Amino acid sequence: MTDLTALTLAEARDALKAKTFTAVELTDAYIDAMEKARVLNAYVTETPEKAREMARASDARIAAGKAGALEGLPLGIKDLYATKGVHTQACSHILDGFEPPYESTVSANLWADGAVMLGKLNMDEFAMGSSNETSHYGSVVNPWRRNGSDVNLVPGGSSGGSAAAVAARLCLGATATDTGGSIRQPAAFTGTAGIKPTYGRCSRWGLVAFASSLDQAGPIARDVRDAAILLKSMASVDLKDTTSVDIPVPDYEAAVGKSVKGLRIGIPKEYRLDGMPAEIDALWQKGIDILRDAGAEIVDISLPHTKYALPAYYIVAPAEASSNLARYDGVRYGLRVPGSDILDMYENTRAAGFGAEVKRRILIGTYVLSAGYYDAYYLRAQKVRTLIKRDFETVYAQGVDAILTPATPSAAFGIGEKADADPVEMYLNDVFTVTVNMAGLPGLAVPAGLSAEGLPLGLQLIGRPFDEETLFTLGSAVEKAVGTFSPAKWW
Amino acid sequence: MSVDTATVRRVARLARIKVTDDEAARMTNELNSILGFVEQLNEVDVAGVEPMTSVVSLKMRRRQDVVTDGEDAEAVTANAPVSEDHFFLVPKVVE
Repeated sequence: MTDLTALTLAEARDALKAKTFTAVELTDAYIDAMEKARVLNAYVTETPEKAREMARASDARIAAGKAGALEGLPLGIKDLYATKGVHTQACSHILDGFEPPYESTVSANLWADGAVMLGKLNMDEFAMGSSNETSHYGSVVNPWRRNGSDVNLVPGGSSGGSAAAVAARLCLGATATDTGGSIRQPAAFTGTAGIKPTYGRCSRWGLVAFASSLDQAGPIARDVRDAAILLKSMASVDLKDTTSVDIPVPDYEAAVGKSVKGLRIGIPKEYRLDGMPAEIDALWQKGIDILRDAGAEIVDISLPHTKYALPAYYIVAPAEASSNLARYDGVRYGLRVPGSDILDMYENTRAAGFGAEVKRRILIGTYVLSAGYYDAYYLRAQKVRTLIKRDFETVYAQGVDAILTPATPSAAFGIGEKADADPVEMYLNDVFTVTVNMAGLPGLAVPAGLSAEGLPLGLQLIGRPFDEETLFTLGSAVEKAVGTFSPAKWW
Repeated sequence: MSVDTATVRRVARLARIKVTDDEAARMTNELNSILGFVEQLNEVDVAGVEPMTSVVSLKMRRRQDVVTDGEDAEAVTANAPVSEDHFFLVPKVVE
């Protein structure tokens, strides 16, 4: 039999339907691939027995003619998602041993549609990072390497395990989350497609909270069609999340491959940064040319508050994180380090349980919310956020259907390469993606080419609220022109 | 604005995170680097701008004020590092 892991999610779905192979055979192929790829450190927990059990149940449903939309398709789940009775630690030491007695709404939606769980995927601790180097479980290795090099590169973050597992074919697709770029940046670094949907499109219930006004679930997938298929199953209105929206979930897959003729694509001049690498600029121009040649209308636009999105984010996100992470006190779950009294126990537990990046953000958040500083920092940042959102509303009101930008300011970098850098330098990875979270909009990262060193580079498409369909249409047009990208297997 | 080591220690205390002298010194530098970065927000004219409270303008749903879950102390305390008879155990807080 040919290598089953070479198929896309859509191809595997159709082959299962045609009974070309069984869900158990497909699942076994992935379990084998995962075992052979442990050097990548993409999974923090593998659940082969659970996967086989779910696959057997899928085969029974297929035989009975009761197959769901994702029947028998093996997926990886980011460690941020609560999975009942299975390792859920947001890759933090402070959640040691935590196995929730409940299931996140998004993963429950996937299982209800018949998907198979392969295991939990590595990530930056509490989703705070852009390289997956802050995980308590160690760095994830990007399956991509520079031409002729054996230097290990980061897969991006925070959904680094998700992106690496999809690129290395260790799952058909993966769940991820995005607070400032955590789906789109790793997707760009690994040649995969990832979408952060509109805020409220997916339920946040059962996701370990980082910054609640920004966090959003989404998929990372082999290609645009697979991302569309996964998002349809993940999205839902949920009474357990009051910010989830009661808008029907469209058939996103139907938007893939549609004509882009007549769509107006905005090119924001503020995204042309000083010192931006020439190949990123060239990639952007290539994207513009592809969409123009496909019949879209290209218009220059201005989003004047773009440069303030990242600094505003580094007030709003840490502030919300400092509040959300107050719950880790050594009492109800996870790690406890004893102390001389209860305060000492809290302080010892949190000192030992949180990594350096998480502590840094909690301290920033605590500081900007502390008495006397709230107005100067937090309130001002929330006003700037209003202005950032208004920028987008203005261009959409002028008839722009979507916006095209680069996804990241560079290709993947080496593990440890930025270890001694200023924290702000790492934060700049998200300079193109964070605006989208601040405005609550959908953003799709789609691979668009390779760097001179042979590493994947991605473009970002930003849409109107709840218009993910247009992004899938445009993303598939880019994909049609450039193809898809896979790393040469070395592991 | 910038912070000194004493401020970092005070904030760490508020956040209930114990820090060593070395950590406090390192974090002072890192926090000042971040605070320096966010200072550019002062260039923005925010006069008359409403602070964002919700990124999606939808009316908050309400539900009936009824019990929907609970009565499962076993599940609630199952992950506690120390528990007894469905109670969380903590160091003595009242003499």
